[in-house]
Amino acid sequence: MADSNNNRRKFMATTLQSVGLTALGGLLWSGYSDEVKASPLVLRPPAAIEEEDFLKACIKCGLCAEACVNRDSNKNTDGSQRDGTLIMAKGGDHKMIGTPFFIPTEIPCYMCDDIPCVPVCPSGALDMKSVLNKENELDINLARMGLAVVHKESCVAFWGIQCDACYRACPIQGEAITIEHQKNDRTGKHAFLLPIVHSDICTGCGLCEKACITEEPAIFVLPVEEATGRAGNHYVKGWDMKDQLRVKDAKEIHTVDERSDKKASDYLNMEVEY
Amino acid sequence: MSVSRRDFLKSSAAVAAAGAVGISVPQEAQAEAAKAESNWRWDKAACRFCGTGCGIMLATKGGKIVAVKGDPAAPVNRGLNCIKGYFNAKIMYGADRLKTPLLRMNDKGEFDKKGKFKPVSWKRAFDEMEFHAKKALKASGPEGVAVFASGQYTVMEGYAAQKMMKGGFRSNAIDPNARHCMASAVVGFYQTFGIDEPSGCYDDIEITDTIVTWGSNMAEMHPILWSRVSDRKLSNPDKVKIVNIQTYTHRTCDIGDINIIFSPNTDLALWNYIAREIVYRDKKGGGKEDIIDWDFINENIVFTAGPTNIGYGLRRAGEKSITPVNPDGSAGKYTALEMEIINKEMEKKVSAKEAPALEPFGYKEGDTMKHTAGTLKHWHISFEDYKKSLEPYTLEYTAEISKGDPNESMESFKEKLQALAELYIEKNRKVVSFWTMGMNQHTRGTWVNTLSYNVHFMLNKQALPGNGAFSLTGQPSACGTAREVGTFCHRLPADMMVKNPKHRAITEKTWGIPAGTLNPVGNQHIMKIHRDIEDGIVKFAWVNVCNAYQDSASASHWIKAAREMDNFIVTSDGYPGISAKVSDLVLPSAMIYEKWGAYGNAERRTQHWRQQVLPVGDAMSDTWQWMEFAKRFTVKDLWGGYTLRNGKKLADVRADAKKFDYTDDTTMYDILFANKGKEYKLDMTKFPQEGYDNSECIGDSRNVKGGDGEVFKGYGYMVHEYLFEEYASFGRGHGHDLAPFEVYHKVRGLKWPVIDGKETQWRFNVKYDPYAAKAVKDSGNNSTHAFYGPLAKNLLQGNLSGPDKSKGKKSLKNKAKIFARPYMDPPEMPDEKYDTWLCTGRVLEHWHSGTMTMRVPELFRAVPEALCYMHPKDAKAKGLKRGELAWVESRRGKVKARVETRGRNRPPQGLVFVPWFDEKVFINKVCLDATCPMSKQTDYKKCAVSIKKV
Repeated sequence: MADSNNNRRKFMATTLQSVGLTALGGLLWSGYSDEVKASPLVLRPPAAIEEEDFLKACIKCGLCAEACVNRDSNKNTDGSQRDGTLIMAKGGDHKMIGTPFFIPTEIPCYMCDDIPCVPVCPSGALDMKSVLNKENELDINLARMGLAVVHKESCVAFWGIQCDACYRACPIQGEAITIEHQKNDRTGKHAFLLPIVHSDICTGCGLCEKACITEEPAIFVLPVEEATGRAGNHYVKGWDMKDQLRVKDAKEIHTVDERSDKKASDYLNMEVEY
Repeated sequence: MSVSRRDFLKSSAAVAAAGAVGISVPQEAQAEAAKAESNWRWDKAACRFCGTGCGIMLATKGGKIVAVKGDPAAPVNRGLNCIKGYFNAKIMYGADRLKTPLLRMNDKGEFDKKGKFKPVSWKRAFDEMEFHAKKALKASGPEGVAVFASGQYTVMEGYAAQKMMKGGFRSNAIDPNARHCMASAVVGFYQTFGIDEPSGCYDDIEITDTIVTWGSNMAEMHPILWSRVSDRKLSNPDKVKIVNIQTYTHRTCDIGDINIIFSPNTDLALWNYIAREIVYRDKKGGGKEDIIDWDFINENIVFTAGPTNIGYGLRRAGEKSITPVNPDGSAGKYTALEMEIINKEMEKKVSAKEAPALEPFGYKEGDTMKHTAGTLKHWHISFEDYKKSLEPYTLEYTAEISKGDPNESMESFKEKLQALAELYIEKNRKVVSFWTMGMNQHTRGTWVNTLSYNVHFMLNKQALPGNGAFSLTGQPSACGTAREVGTFCHRLPADMMVKNPKHRAITEKTWGIPAGTLNPVGNQHIMKIHRDIEDGIVKFAWVNVCNAYQDSASASHWIKAAREMDNFIVTSDGYPGISAKVSDLVLPSAMIYEKWGAYGNAERRTQHWRQQVLPVGDAMSDTWQWMEFAKRFTVKDLWGGYTLRNGKKLADVRADAKKFDYTDDTTMYDILFANKGKEYKLDMTKFPQEGYDNSECIGDSRNVKGGDGEVFKGYGYMVHEYLFEEYASFGRGHGHDLAPFEVYHKVRGLKWPVIDGKETQWRFNVKYDPYAAKAVKDSGNNSTHAFYGPLAKNLLQGNLSGPDKSKGKKSLKNKAKIFARPYMDPPEMPDEKYDTWLCTGRVLEHWHSGTMTMRVPELFRAVPEALCYMHPKDAKAKGLKRGELAWVESRRGKVKARVETRGRNRPPQGLVFVPWFDEKVFINKVCLDATCPMSKQTDYKKCAVSIKKV
């Protein structure tokens, strides 16, 4: 217990230090003026609400990062403390200062089963309800911190190299990342083993990005909004019973484009050139 | 929302990557690429990182390797690699390469076992080695000088080391880490076929209909072969079946049609269950079907059995380090807890679990089985006896003892066993059984290897295209060097044995050394060397191309002995690891492509490469180190008479040496290397030497000062060709034919035997193997096969209880054997206190002890530490959270490891898996050094541990 108190003090001290530094003067502050705006590429802790709302709700208290670094499972084999996943943004991080985020290539989210960072949030910026399952238990698999994206030109698996390091590192292996086997027609006797990320399962923990063996990771986590497209609500996959759930919020359809933006009568009253 | 996405696309450097998802980047023109590479030199080599034997191409520029590619012309991999192969170009360039010899010294510059490592010259290094080797010889004779050898030696390094050890020092205490890796497969081959190495080849994968993996995570350990298996499955998904038979679920299980999770050690029962189905359903076994191919059996196979009370390869009573036995149960250097298991080496009680299986061999539950140390003895039995040995393996009994996942229903498990047997038995279905360490690292490893052939033989599904049991090797040259060159304590090149006087005579003649020089006692296998160091017998040990102090079980004992006893330990390595750390002297070795070399892969394919670059610092190859070391010893130093531990005398051959025109002062370098080597001329204007570095033969621009303190200018002859050709001369004409040195520099490897320039795909098969064709022709029969291996081909006759000497011996020329061998318990099984099975192994990202791959930043980042994989319910029951540290503790020691309940390895309840690459999670302190008593291969796959929260 004494140990963990110590660590806690140390952690708080360093956090305060960095806040102190960034608060030194207006010059420094204005030098990082982009850091007072929302940054689209930031990865937030599990259960973070939408970025715009998150920035309003987060009171920059650091309790989540403290819970992360002080979690029971964050010790090295020699007893020393590991750095935590969550970082409180400071000057130079190009994130809104004082807000928690993480960088998977440095320290990914290890997806603790008890999600220590979330219940401690006093402000609702981290919404515990979003990571509770039907049994009302914390379930880290429900977190959506981001979404892993594969760049297939630099992913060596798409060259035929037998890698799947991301797949093996994935805590939801076989669901969040699966392997697609394809014949390698060039060699005639080997298969491609291609990693495929499933956005409905991937939590964005970043363990795959950390494990990726290319110099710059060929699989990387982006905030969900940045990494996903969206098909319209007007079409339902006829072959997928569940797809109707996707469009459960379908509304009355109104469309307008350059062709339709005039009233019909106005259009008709325009002469046809001849 | 869409706005933020546009912002992101405009502002971020990550954009390019994300934006390009799914879009093909246009190919640069071929000419442009060629221009960019104009000052690169591409040359072929073999990958360093497993027994698969992938071909690679290396690009050098300015004397450094700058890039690597898979060799598109290599038949094994056709241009592909796994991620270790992908990093071959980076592997030699870690920041902390060893560049100079380092000696433990005191402030006065004297050797001091408690001193700190300080740089010394090669001359000083060899001075110390010479002094300490001579001291060890004086104290213990040839048995006091030992080498931890390797399946990662190049062929030439292994041959040089073996020659100096066995021919020079007259010591057979040279044994490779390959002992830990495939010794059980070897004894299996010897006992079954009379000759080492697989009958089939990788081409079986494309031809077969069924791939059964037994104790093998091929997807991680042989990724390129696994991609071939995956391709085979894709090519005909309905017909091709993949069955995985493992003690825990892993990567390979992903595409299994059937995955069988069995309780550790019961693979013995599973094989016997399949055999029982075959025999008891066959008409001649009392059934109604025609299953056994009796024509094949009658022509080619005999039935045999051996003793069952063979122990577990542990220390035996009376050995120095377990004497005296104290009243509290401890003994010598071993605690009472350790002795609980070691005592089973002498005798054990037959358990309820194994009693039914042992009943045909005359044991019942509760009997005391007295062990005599492992013996290779076996004798003919009848088919009826064999049938009797299989009687216990009913579906009921087999499923009862072998179901490995407590959460699987008995019905489901039984269905799988039945389906498995059906796949083997199905007429016209081709089956390949692959295995790796699960069947080799096994206290009955030899047994379980031979049981695999039983099944394949009875169905006539062995040594045929697409059919056969095939042992996959772990190391790049476990076959090529350790086995074929024979760097084992009991072996000589080409399957010859030190104990066989004819084999010694052949070797002495080839080596130009007096008759009687070679030592006939070859029993110092790798664990025995460790134990002999602990017993104070071995006083000089040299670690070559391995990490003997990280890779051996019961590690604390061996490290303590190295650090605290009066001995001298030397480690040659590219990078510092545990072995270097516990040594007294560390030598910097040239790595892989900094030297000429050759490896032999698991399908008998020999592959050569040329030196691509100069070694870093003052590093020199192990071949050079051995040859420089050999200069320090003369006829009078080594070839006097000795009395061995067992009382056997080695003759004084110094007088005979004179007949060879050697004087008392002729060095072993001259006798063993230079005399004949000089016939192999250097010609730097000719292929394959032209344009390539050759540090051993001509020296190099680094001007490294050699063993005599002078700048080393090269030996002046083609050392690599000489060593290879002399070694190859042993096998040519004896079923091990290799092509000439030069040929291997033109081709992408050849599978031996190479006859008339043609390689052999399926041995023992008359259609494909000229040796088999000749054997059949000579014996005048019409057989499809000839199992012509010469070892153990004249046996006594008896029954399951033993041989009947009065019946005399019976020859089994050209035949192979089916063995009656039962299920037995391993020596240590989970109990109340140590309630969990521990299994160790590897991960794809790291090679062995990680000394090389942990220095590739990308691989380090991918897997920076070894985790303890366990079932989530077990973790919960022990109060452990994922990611938390736990003590993994056995009777021998404990380590801290982080608990992982998700991911690539998913053990059933009651078993944990901890990889061994990570020296910070030193799992071999926990493992038990029990071995297969016949093969002496350690069982790293099972011991009992407790798991507790830190």
